[in-house]
Amino acid sequence: MRVPGKGLYEGGPSVSFTFNGRPMMGLEGDTLASALLANDVHLVARSFKYHRPRGILTAGSEEPNALVTVGSGAEQDPNTRATVQELFDGLEARSQNCWPTVEHDVMAVNDLAAPFLGAGFYYKTFMWPAAFWEKLYEPMIRRAAGLGALSGAADPDLYEKAYAHCDLLVIGSGPAGLMTALVAGRAGADVILAEEDSRMGGRMLAETEEVDGQPAHLWAEGVIAELEAMGNVRLMARTSVAGAYDQGTYAALEKVGHHRLRQPGLPRECFWRIAAKQAVLAAGAIERPVAFRNNDRPGIMAAGAVRAYLNRWGVAPGQNVTVFANNDDAHRTARDLTEAGVHVAALIDSRHDAPGSDLFKVIKGGQVCNASGRKRVESITVRSVAGEEKIQTDCLAMSGGWNPSVHLACHQNGRPAWDRDSAAFLPVVGMVPGLSYAGACNGTFSTAGALREGVEAARAALAELGIKAPDVDVPQAQDDPYRITALWAVPGKGRAWLDFQNDVSVKDVQQAATENFRSVEHMKRYTTQGMATDQGKNSNVAALAVLADATGRGIAETGTTTFRPPFSPVSIGAMGAGATDMGFKPQRFLTSHGVAEERGAQQLEVGLWYRAGYFPKPGETNWRQSCDREVTMVREAVGVCDVSTLGKIDIQGPDAAKLLDFVYTGMFSTLKEGRVRYGLMLREDGFIMDDGTTARLGKTHYVMTTTTAAAGQVMAHLEFVLQALRPEWDVRIASATEHWAQFAVAGPKARALLNGLLDSQIDSASFPFMGCGEMSVMGVKGRLFRISFSGEEGYEIAVPARYGDSLFRTLTARAEALGGGLYGMEALNVLRIEKGFITHAEINGTVTMHDLGMEKMLSTKKEFIGKSLAQRPGLTDPMREGLVGLKPVGAVKQLSSGAHLFSQGDPVERVYDQGYVTSVGFSPTLGHMIGLGFLKNGQARIGEHIRMVDHMRGLDAVCEVVNPVFFDPEGGRLRG
Amino acid sequence: MRITCPVCGERDRREFTYKEAALARPEAGADLEDWDAYVHLRENPAGVTRELWYHEMGCSAWIVVTRNTVTHAMLGSELASGADLGGKR
Repeated sequence: MRVPGKGLYEGGPSVSFTFNGRPMMGLEGDTLASALLANDVHLVARSFKYHRPRGILTAGSEEPNALVTVGSGAEQDPNTRATVQELFDGLEARSQNCWPTVEHDVMAVNDLAAPFLGAGFYYKTFMWPAAFWEKLYEPMIRRAAGLGALSGAADPDLYEKAYAHCDLLVIGSGPAGLMTALVAGRAGADVILAEEDSRMGGRMLAETEEVDGQPAHLWAEGVIAELEAMGNVRLMARTSVAGAYDQGTYAALEKVGHHRLRQPGLPRECFWRIAAKQAVLAAGAIERPVAFRNNDRPGIMAAGAVRAYLNRWGVAPGQNVTVFANNDDAHRTARDLTEAGVHVAALIDSRHDAPGSDLFKVIKGGQVCNASGRKRVESITVRSVAGEEKIQTDCLAMSGGWNPSVHLACHQNGRPAWDRDSAAFLPVVGMVPGLSYAGACNGTFSTAGALREGVEAARAALAELGIKAPDVDVPQAQDDPYRITALWAVPGKGRAWLDFQNDVSVKDVQQAATENFRSVEHMKRYTTQGMATDQGKNSNVAALAVLADATGRGIAETGTTTFRPPFSPVSIGAMGAGATDMGFKPQRFLTSHGVAEERGAQQLEVGLWYRAGYFPKPGETNWRQSCDREVTMVREAVGVCDVSTLGKIDIQGPDAAKLLDFVYTGMFSTLKEGRVRYGLMLREDGFIMDDGTTARLGKTHYVMTTTTAAAGQVMAHLEFVLQALRPEWDVRIASATEHWAQFAVAGPKARALLNGLLDSQIDSASFPFMGCGEMSVMGVKGRLFRISFSGEEGYEIAVPARYGDSLFRTLTARAEALGGGLYGMEALNVLRIEKGFITHAEINGTVTMHDLGMEKMLSTKKEFIGKSLAQRPGLTDPMREGLVGLKPVGAVKQLSSGAHLFSQGDPVERVYDQGYVTSVGFSPTLGHMIGLGFLKNGQARIGEHIRMVDHMRGLDAVCEVVNPVFFDPEGGRLRG
Repeated sequence: MRITCPVCGERDRREFTYKEAALARPEAGADLEDWDAYVHLRENPAGVTRELWYHEMGCSAWIVVTRNTVTHAMLGSELASGADLGGKR
């Protein structure tokens, strides 16, 4: 309930929200947790494994218990920590991992079965029979255990990502962080101050203390106002720095939409990558509980959190509070509560030398050894020299001390050092280059100490940056020493909880040690200590202290588990921002795309490109009919096909021919102007990289084509050759793939079609096979190449891309007038298989020139890339798999690519494998299926019958091995 | 990770494509052992290494990056054109 006269938001606007369907009111500035406490709601969740009632433990992002689901349907956010969810009008939150309600959860029966469900229970209990694991045990466990659930629907929310650069990144805005930012900001440095909370100020918002004579939160407001007025400081609230990476790169998650109603275009979160020359960690510290029997009852909270709810939010989590501590700091909780008029029944301090108080009863040398009350603590049992006594209470504020938030400092595998005096792990200098520490995260717990270290950290960072530091006085503030005597677990019967989120008790850790899981990493995995959304922020240190005790080692020797990013959970949606849908895979469209769409072409994805597979005509009911018609049309009349996706590289300069000779296996310096030549290029290891044609357009001007798939790879390769291997050559290259629309015109009537369009006529003499040149089509300057991928007389006509659509429409109409038309990728593939022409299905990275029977194209007259290693015995062995044609000759007429080849009579087993099929198609020209493949010693086996087996498709066919050129082997048709 | 392109300055590594260790190409006619070493054998050092990167999403420069595989420190970068990787010719 609220305490009049307390809190920073008193008198502000009120906000309505619902929890488990119940309407409630809160204040603007509340978190869901503070508003629930103000409404006297303590039972908010059920635990992961035993479904024990749980309440709110903390007031920050480390919260292990109070996980709720916010929203509903596709938009629901499970596992939202109530302690960081800001309240807004219309917020809907509900408990999770309980049925039917958080008050009456039938799975709480698990708690009665606890003796059987201890650490490692599923490794032992569900061992046998093995098949039951997947079908019975795992689904059962998954249903019983767990946190919140996803809706199962696609996430409709918008996420963003962004980059930022700065001189100095300050992580945390408590006294240390604010002071660092202030000094660096005044010095003129480019500063980013990131704070995970919605409001800056850190613990200064939660304490009743003064800085420079004014209330600490007001002093903070003044500093924030000064920083806001500076042009060189960027204040990022609601921004959790999640990870520290190389070169001063930090990941951060900014919550943009979680604290208000959804609006169109408003992102939920923004994922930041911040490149900082220097960084200061001022992340504060996290209070740890003490393990004792039933220490997880709702109403038992961290002492610092109780203080935060009282001082920042004006909420008393109980009317009759007790405090249990092993340090001086928690005494402030009892003091603040008493001064605010809340009754403090007793402060139990485990130290015999604890300070006393006039305001409340102090039991020195006492320990809380049990708590009773199931859904809310009702009383505690205190053990002291006076014996055991029961104290009635509705809220126990406990403190086992503070753990400095060293997480980010450890993200590059550095290990923190154990400090016996403060009973805490502290960061070590230099764990992350460029990152220093100030304040509580560095083990400096007083406000004055934090302010002082903030100034020092800023000065050090400015010195590294070469910026002069201004003179700044350290403000006056409390400088009480931090006095603590370690207490991790109160001995006794029953389950004393360490990790609230994973239901790990002291016994579980001791059992792990007994079973010889002595390494802290093994203990973690055996017990699940420190896993899930909170990553054991408030429990890991106590757990390893218990392990150290159980194994008879010191805490320093036992060590910590590995700290890994993220510091607090980051949604996958935020990390993947911009990379969903079209952002994941952009589309590239051809200039002929409009025509293809109009004609209902089936589109095929080729890399990012979309190419027409076939163009169905009325009455055609499947793709084979269209494909067969298109193939026959090209063979008998004329076909038009967009081939613009092939890579085009413009090569110019006096040494252009040298480059081509160096990258191709064949000779290109002898190529005459106005002619085209086919070439293959190798990788340096002697295998084929790519093939294509290169045309010589002028004395020092060539244009190379690559396959569609390897366009980028070949471009990078040429750049590498020119820049790294032969920088002295005078030649320049440029990708021109998108600049030109290029269309194949193929078939007996191809020349007739072109002569109807070209501004000057061509014939076989002026434009022979493998000729090329500039030409003019209907007044547009372009290029013409007489090359063929179909085996017919073929041309490729290229115009600047802006004329592509227009030329494609004209070509289509002219072709149709001649009894021809458009053909797509399916027909193009059949046409080239009929001719034995290869694609990347054949040159798949494991194939050599010898395998293709093209070893004569390895020039002996010049040096070229891959030449030396192409001569290796292993690459020239005739027993290698060589290119052959295949046709079915048995009862099964089907072929399939990917099938494997076996000698007849051999078992169909891997060791008998003779080769594989790479490309197949039905040839309407020949009336049966044809295929290309690789067969051991293939060229010598022409005429042999061989078995083709495809287990995937259930095919088993007998094939004849034939010459890979099925149609017109003399090439008379393409020479015209 | 950021790489300094000698042409463009310090850029996010997502603009670059990694190739391999920066080694000088053997001359034509060199022993097969030399070619084998050039193509296949790598030191995989724990420490300072020189690597080829391609500024594919930037200026298309091939660069030689020197960095430390243990500390991840970037120690320098130069254009491949000045790194004498082409071997004797």
